[in-house]
Amino acid sequence: MVREIKCDINDKEVTLLADLRLSLAEMLRQNGYFGVKIGCGVGECGACTVLVDGLPVDSCLYLAIWAQGKNIRTVEGEAREGRLSPVQQAYVEEGAVQCGFCTPGFIMTSTAFVEKHQGRACTREEIRQGHSGNLCRCTGYENIIRAVERCQKEDLDKETGPDQE
Amino acid sequence: MSVGKSLERVDGAAKVTGRARYTEDLAVPGLRAARFFRSTVAHALVEEIDIREARAVPGVDAVFTFQDVPQRKFSTAGHPYALDREHADVEDRLLLTGHVRYQGDEIAVVVAKDQLTADKALGLIKVRYQPLKPLVEFEDILAPDAPQIHSGTRNVLQEHSFLKGGDLDKAEQESDLILEQRVRTQITQHCQLENHIAQAYMDDLDHIVVVSSTQIPHIVRRIVSEALDFPLGRIKVIKPYIGGGFGNKQDVVLEPMAAWLAWKLGLPVRIAHDREENITASRVRHPFRVDLRMGADSRGVLKFIDLKALSNTGAYASHGHSVVSAGVSKAHFLYPRAVYSCSAKTVYGNIPACGAMRAYGSPQIIFSLECLVEDLARAAQMDPVEFRLNNVALPGDINQFNQKPFLSCGVREALIKGRELIRWKDKRSRIPKVQTGPLRRGLGVACFSYASGTFPACVEAAGARLILNQDGSFHLQVGATEIGQGSDTIFVQMAAETLSVPPETIRLVTVQDTDVTPYDPGAYASRQTYIGGQAVMRAALKMRRKTLAYCGRISGHNPANLDLQGRDIVLAGPVPAKVMSLRDLALDSYYHKTRGSQITAEVSYKTKTNPPSFGCTFVDLEVDVPLCQVRIREIHNVHDAGVVVNPVTAQGQVHGGMAMSIGAALYEELLVDRDSGVIRNNNLLDYKVPTIMDTPDLNAAFVETHEPTNPYGSKSLGEPPIISPAPAIRNAILDATGVALYELPLSPRNLFRHFKAAGLL
Amino acid sequence: MFDLDSYQKPETLDQALDMLAQDPQARLIAGGTDVLVRLREHKGEFRCLVDIHDLQELKDIRLEDDGTLFIGSGATFTDLMESAVIREKVPILAQAATTVAGPQIRNMATLGGNICNGAPSADGAAPLLVLEARAELRKAGSSRTVPLTEFYVGPMQVDLAQGEIMTGFSIKARDYQGWTGHYYKYAMRQAMDIATIGCAAACRVQGQTLAGLRLAYIVAGPTPRRCFRAEQACLGAALEPGLLDRISGLVLQDLAPRDSWRAAKDFREHIIQTLAQRVVARALERNGASL
Repeated sequence: MVREIKCDINDKEVTLLADLRLSLAEMLRQNGYFGVKIGCGVGECGACTVLVDGLPVDSCLYLAIWAQGKNIRTVEGEAREGRLSPVQQAYVEEGAVQCGFCTPGFIMTSTAFVEKHQGRACTREEIRQGHSGNLCRCTGYENIIRAVERCQKEDLDKETGPDQE
Repeated sequence: MSVGKSLERVDGAAKVTGRARYTEDLAVPGLRAARFFRSTVAHALVEEIDIREARAVPGVDAVFTFQDVPQRKFSTAGHPYALDREHADVEDRLLLTGHVRYQGDEIAVVVAKDQLTADKALGLIKVRYQPLKPLVEFEDILAPDAPQIHSGTRNVLQEHSFLKGGDLDKAEQESDLILEQRVRTQITQHCQLENHIAQAYMDDLDHIVVVSSTQIPHIVRRIVSEALDFPLGRIKVIKPYIGGGFGNKQDVVLEPMAAWLAWKLGLPVRIAHDREENITASRVRHPFRVDLRMGADSRGVLKFIDLKALSNTGAYASHGHSVVSAGVSKAHFLYPRAVYSCSAKTVYGNIPACGAMRAYGSPQIIFSLECLVEDLARAAQMDPVEFRLNNVALPGDINQFNQKPFLSCGVREALIKGRELIRWKDKRSRIPKVQTGPLRRGLGVACFSYASGTFPACVEAAGARLILNQDGSFHLQVGATEIGQGSDTIFVQMAAETLSVPPETIRLVTVQDTDVTPYDPGAYASRQTYIGGQAVMRAALKMRRKTLAYCGRISGHNPANLDLQGRDIVLAGPVPAKVMSLRDLALDSYYHKTRGSQITAEVSYKTKTNPPSFGCTFVDLEVDVPLCQVRIREIHNVHDAGVVVNPVTAQGQVHGGMAMSIGAALYEELLVDRDSGVIRNNNLLDYKVPTIMDTPDLNAAFVETHEPTNPYGSKSLGEPPIISPAPAIRNAILDATGVALYELPLSPRNLFRHFKAAGLL
Repeated sequence: MFDLDSYQKPETLDQALDMLAQDPQARLIAGGTDVLVRLREHKGEFRCLVDIHDLQELKDIRLEDDGTLFIGSGATFTDLMESAVIREKVPILAQAATTVAGPQIRNMATLGGNICNGAPSADGAAPLLVLEARAELRKAGSSRTVPLTEFYVGPMQVDLAQGEIMTGFSIKARDYQGWTGHYYKYAMRQAMDIATIGCAAACRVQGQTLAGLRLAYIVAGPTPRRCFRAEQACLGAALEPGLLDRISGLVLQDLAPRDSWRAAKDFREHIIQTLAQRVVARALERNGASL
């Protein structure tokens, strides 16, 4: 039941041999992408969120073979040359990280969210909607929302220059 | 200066990049999967079990039943060993059981090459039960003809009572107003994101290595030793990064079985709960039934609290009576001038084993107390905040348990600050007294007290070790356990403060290994900052002294004139002059052929004080009466946690506790069918952990006091934020609708019942 | 690891139909958000899969020349939320889509799967019912169309034969033009939840009278249901304050909410009646009408 799967993972073309009974989460973890966390196995917690062609999906409810030909992004690919991505940096600075188990999934959801809404600061309600598939039991979400707000603000400041006050 | 600054979490980068390794990320080659065969019924004796087919499945290494395990009972509670065996935790568990005590109890275990194979084998095990009556509610558990869940107990685990602060009869006579109520709280579950998981292997003939997601590595080591009758010194427990615990991992759940299987089979074995198992087969919060009477005089002075608490500890004792006992003790600090009469009883029941959960009995007791305080204030026609200001603890009030005064106490200031933050008076004047529409607005307040450790119930020991590395940096090893709460970061700040070096020169070793990590019982009771900090401070002072002494020896300066500054040692004075860098000093200490040695500082310290911490919640909410739904418009927690060591991580603790309490107030309830003991909602779809959509904006504020018994001035903060939001929400619903509720959760289905009874629907 | 015995991946709809025809054990998997959950529970019925995930033929959302709206069964809830034509012509469907689970699930779960699994709690069902949607079904060599009201035949049972694939839904222009609608999902959480009760209403107004009313509920009976009796009784009624009470007084006649541990029957009935008032009022507001 083993198939060959060709896909991009974190911008690298890879060919993997995978049992077709595996979920994408299991296949990624077997290949060393431990940032993919499994908290429920049934799409209720979002800890295993990765981006498939830019869209956040629960990789526990995604067959590994569906990755064929797709562009997969996991948390491992977000930091470049030893520097955190803007989303990662904002999570650290705003204290949006505690136990860290939901964090990789949240980071990927936020990354897709910030990229989708580039050039616009979203309301807290929109941020909530966009993150409603990820559970966190440590932070009460408050600092996660602040991190996304910070990220969007920094993004806008980069485009338009910070408020001159 | 590091203490008081928002140093970024020392584990932040590891966690946001996915590099932090949790237990499941540390598989060893050849790892086997073990899975429990669980009972489908809540109370029964196993008459017959047939494992032959399961054993024959290709890829199955072994199947063991309750008949195969050591007949040595052990306790699973994460407490230090009690020298006084009278106060030891109750030992009532075996690795597997033939007397099933809750739906999901562990009858057999399968070890296989992978989880799928193990699951297939589980499906082939056949069992026949002799059913016993399931006992879920207190009324059934304590019925004279109830079967005994543990023989010889009559279903009562333990009870105790006390009277503090004066004469109850006299206090009653002085009361102009006496109210009485029965309050019930529900079963909730931690739902930490990382399920329980443990793996074990032998790395010698007689050395077991256990890797586990635990809050209490040193206690795991002792309890595995007790359960297996295996020498403690030959068990090594490794604690990697932990995906949350909230008390659920202050219990030894999987480790004894993992260790036993590894030892017995000589194979590396992992046991990992899936979510469904974790919700029922780890631990849950004790449901309470509290009968409460309280009296106040005509000036609104609280005269007495008379409290009778019943706590259901479920199938096994686990933390058992300690939970209600701690709950009633810590509540005393809130209104310490009232006479406090208390009796508490813990019983067994055919529900999942109840253990430690954030704030350990206090949420249940304070919810009950703050319901009645609210009712008293309203009955006395007093503003609920004013009523509390009249009665809450003040500095100098006496702790009736040890007859010593509170040295730091900011609950009054917290109430005043919270009142301003939510604009209490302004809003109260604007919200109509009588509301009749579908949407009704209400304001609520509640306060709490807590403690900063477990002393004198338990020993409070902490260990810290500092090592000066060759490059002038430091390694800090602590026994205290980082589980997400941020203790590693706090300890780095404390050590940096006392050493006067930059925090980035200190590397905290977060992965613990009981073979080398200093002793500390672990993460619980919000003790890390207060208790762990005492050891870190002393180790840092020792390191400082040794470093300066060695510098004096090399340089000829009097050590009394030397100081650490940045990465250097300097001659103290108005213009400090560099004597040498820490790096040069370290190199000399390690490599000089005739003088010096590696510089280390190790301290194990027992703390003998336990100051109360305080705080309150203010909430502004709206009740949609026809839909029986509550929407929080604004919520503030205000805390007296002494000195705030790290404002950002402190706020994070407060937010998290508030969210959990909102969950317990409005959403969460593990449902166990009264007649069958069947657990209804053991998954994250049906057990309603609030999502980001259900959680309002959260506001955390502090009134900073200085607690003189701690060199850094801080007190507990990890658990306390979960205590007061639920009663504040209950009080705001009362304010909005006039309906007084005495049970949790205040979920739509329960609100419907009460609104209907009150004629609102 | 999922407990699979066989797996086939067709390239086209016709291939998929052939594979289903040849293997009576074969079941479809599309978004996977239900099937993979069942497989994880070691439910035997999904061990042989024909995988129509990503089959482009089923993903089409298009407006025909005669104004008929066609929605492919493989369209995900995210597709529905983001489709310009859906948002313009049948916004109630986009609105209902936003109430499904969370973004990750909506990115995968399909409208066809939501309906074909037969669950009484399908968020997609209520708006489709008030839009008079018809299910388009294909079998090797034949096809048929069934009104959604008839597609639901019993608890967890739909009118889908072995070997048959639901290709999509069609909604006639007359069933959305001039209608305004609203959907409300009443659940214990604002996301990641199944409905305790879901209610969709569509209204048409002529002058000061109610020219058309369609009301559908989920989790208010063994299948998603329309409230035909209430609808007919109120046809042509004057838009006056008592109308909502009248509707809410009638809705239970067509519904049969269950007593379960999730919610008691009297609680569900109360919510059903409360939603009748609120949801119809909102649907009317969108028509510019107010009571």
